[in-house]
Amino acid sequence: MTIQFNEETFRDDYSFHNSARAIKRFPFPFHEDSYMYSVNMEQHRGGPEGSVYENRFDVDEHYLAEMRDRAMVLADDPLRCQSLPHMTLAGWDLLEVIMVSKSEDYPDLFELHRDGDRWRWINKPMGIDDTFTFLDETTLPYGPMEYITRQAQGDFCILDQRDEMLWMDAGMITTQADWSLDFDIGMNFFEWHAPVPLAHELGIFTRALKFLLNIPQGAPARRLNWTMTVNPLLDTSPENYHKWGIQKTSLTPENVGSKQHLRVELQTFFRLPRSNALVFPIRCYLIAFQDLVSMPKWGRRMHRVLRELPDELATYKGFIDNRPMMLDYLSKFDDGQPTSPGVWPDPETEPPLNTEIRNHTDGNSVDHNRSA
Amino acid sequence: MNTPPQKSRPGAEQIPVVVSAIVPLNDLVTRFEFCRPDGQEFPPFSGGAHTVVEMRDHDRTRLNPYSLTSDPSDSSIYAISVRRDEQGRGGSLFMHRSVSVGDAMNITYPVNLFSLDLRAKKHLFLAGGIGITPFMSMIAQLERMTGNWELHYSVRNEALGTYVDQLRYKYPNKVHVYYSDQNQRIGLEQLLDGQSLGTHVYVCGPTGMIDQVHGAAAAAGWPEEHTHSEEFLAPQPGKPFEVRLCKSELTIQVGENESLLEAIERSGVDAPYLCRGGACGQCETDVIRADGEFVHRDHWLDDEQHSSGQKIMPCVSRFLGTLELDR
Repeated sequence: MTIQFNEETFRDDYSFHNSARAIKRFPFPFHEDSYMYSVNMEQHRGGPEGSVYENRFDVDEHYLAEMRDRAMVLADDPLRCQSLPHMTLAGWDLLEVIMVSKSEDYPDLFELHRDGDRWRWINKPMGIDDTFTFLDETTLPYGPMEYITRQAQGDFCILDQRDEMLWMDAGMITTQADWSLDFDIGMNFFEWHAPVPLAHELGIFTRALKFLLNIPQGAPARRLNWTMTVNPLLDTSPENYHKWGIQKTSLTPENVGSKQHLRVELQTFFRLPRSNALVFPIRCYLIAFQDLVSMPKWGRRMHRVLRELPDELATYKGFIDNRPMMLDYLSKFDDGQPTSPGVWPDPETEPPLNTEIRNHTDGNSVDHNRSA
Repeated sequence: MNTPPQKSRPGAEQIPVVVSAIVPLNDLVTRFEFCRPDGQEFPPFSGGAHTVVEMRDHDRTRLNPYSLTSDPSDSSIYAISVRRDEQGRGGSLFMHRSVSVGDAMNITYPVNLFSLDLRAKKHLFLAGGIGITPFMSMIAQLERMTGNWELHYSVRNEALGTYVDQLRYKYPNKVHVYYSDQNQRIGLEQLLDGQSLGTHVYVCGPTGMIDQVHGAAAAAGWPEEHTHSEEFLAPQPGKPFEVRLCKSELTIQVGENESLLEAIERSGVDAPYLCRGGACGQCETDVIRADGEFVHRDHWLDDEQHSSGQKIMPCVSRFLGTLELDR
């Protein structure tokens, strides 16, 4: 399979876009018509062909544009990439797992040739062909974690494991949903999750920690998380809140379909073999509402999930003010018909939007029948 | 969630191996080396990791954890070093008596419950007897990273000093051996007192030795998180007892020479596990009703949980009486 990489931006003119293929394989996170936190972990060992779950590290049409955006973020703020001194070995672990996985999963794009500790890495899309000595930092232009994560989509947290606890001791964080590595570096699992509402009371983090501490080598895990982003911004960091936060007020009933994006994180967890650390890649996928609703099932369900979401979560995820406008828009794509279980769009079997009966289940947006 | 739920398998993923060498090291300890039948390399691992070896012993399957004693940077073999335990439930005897070169076996991916704290400025290793095993891979890893380490190793006598010659030959300035039959003892108090800030101490050996080191380090003012220990708890034999598995709607008998976990597995019920030595917490099970007395032997539950009677770790703990579990 050859990937056609998009020429696009995640800033300024926001030319980011999803192809028809990218829309169809979007990791829609809601398996039913409502949402609440859970420890929704499953094994990360492949998935349906062509889906984002198929390979250990998904490479898609946004690869080159995302790597360009990361380089720009790092040029402005080098503290987005940090590694405490004891985490270098874990950085090599990460470099190894990404190089091995990508060269096996995408042999037409990436090659790894190993002769003992002498390694040659070829990244064809980015035009890289480097030879270096494994475990010898002086032979790479950056530290091992920074080197490989400048060539891999998604953020990467490397968590040291000691004293029955996980510690945020290294990371490459440039596409984050409003959290800061520079603030969290060195914190433990409970400290960096302290701001999350409701989940503590549900005992989510205690159970999640226990699960993560026991993730064995050779058996990675995954889950999805989600939030909302106005404009296709990868870098929604606290450091740059003054730049992107205000854009949330630019949403209007006319532009909500193109500007409002569902932001989904595919979070995976791998035990790193040499360091016994845990790497936590957080891969961000964006989709505009207008593309999301092109799948009738997703349009119906997105409306219902947002309508029922507790206020605390809408506040924490940062879209409580815009929620009425988002619901107005989405209600036009909810005709009240039932949805099939599971996350897949099921375009062949799901009924198309019935414009006759739409909204009848949702009295507050009947007005939009006419304007749709 | 995103795909149909996949049932998580109990235990770590297995690797099929072939026994490639069996090397008696002394009267009690034998080294077993494994290679992969497909010629592939083994996954790299971290110093201090263990593997769970599956033994097909007639009609029963034993799953025993052993520290990997090979060099983590040598991906061509994995090795374990097994001490023959005449009093045990038979796993080590099976390895010593029934395993031959060329046998096909299954072992798990490495699991590490005794890893190096890589922040340490210096790693101080204290080994007692077969407790040397996790340090073999730690030492190899640190040598590769030019880490700062020192080993103090207490053995019964010269004839039973597993790996003593090899360690002394390779690292004459870092290895200190103490022979009990010559009345030599690790001078803990002095040793711990003389360490520079940022040193971490690791102990593996008999329970008494582990307790002594924790006590001496605490008394010398060491931070708790600078003292690390690993004690492999082998499940001990005990009186047979009956257990009701409520979810599975089964009543099972736990025999004298099997653990509760093994009895659950024998009945065909999938139960989670990882270390099988009372340390990782994976097999923690809720108690629904208990009529009798718990024999808690794990390191996972705290004293309060032990006395509450609401949880049990079936890999090492037993019960006197009848028990109902949420499994």
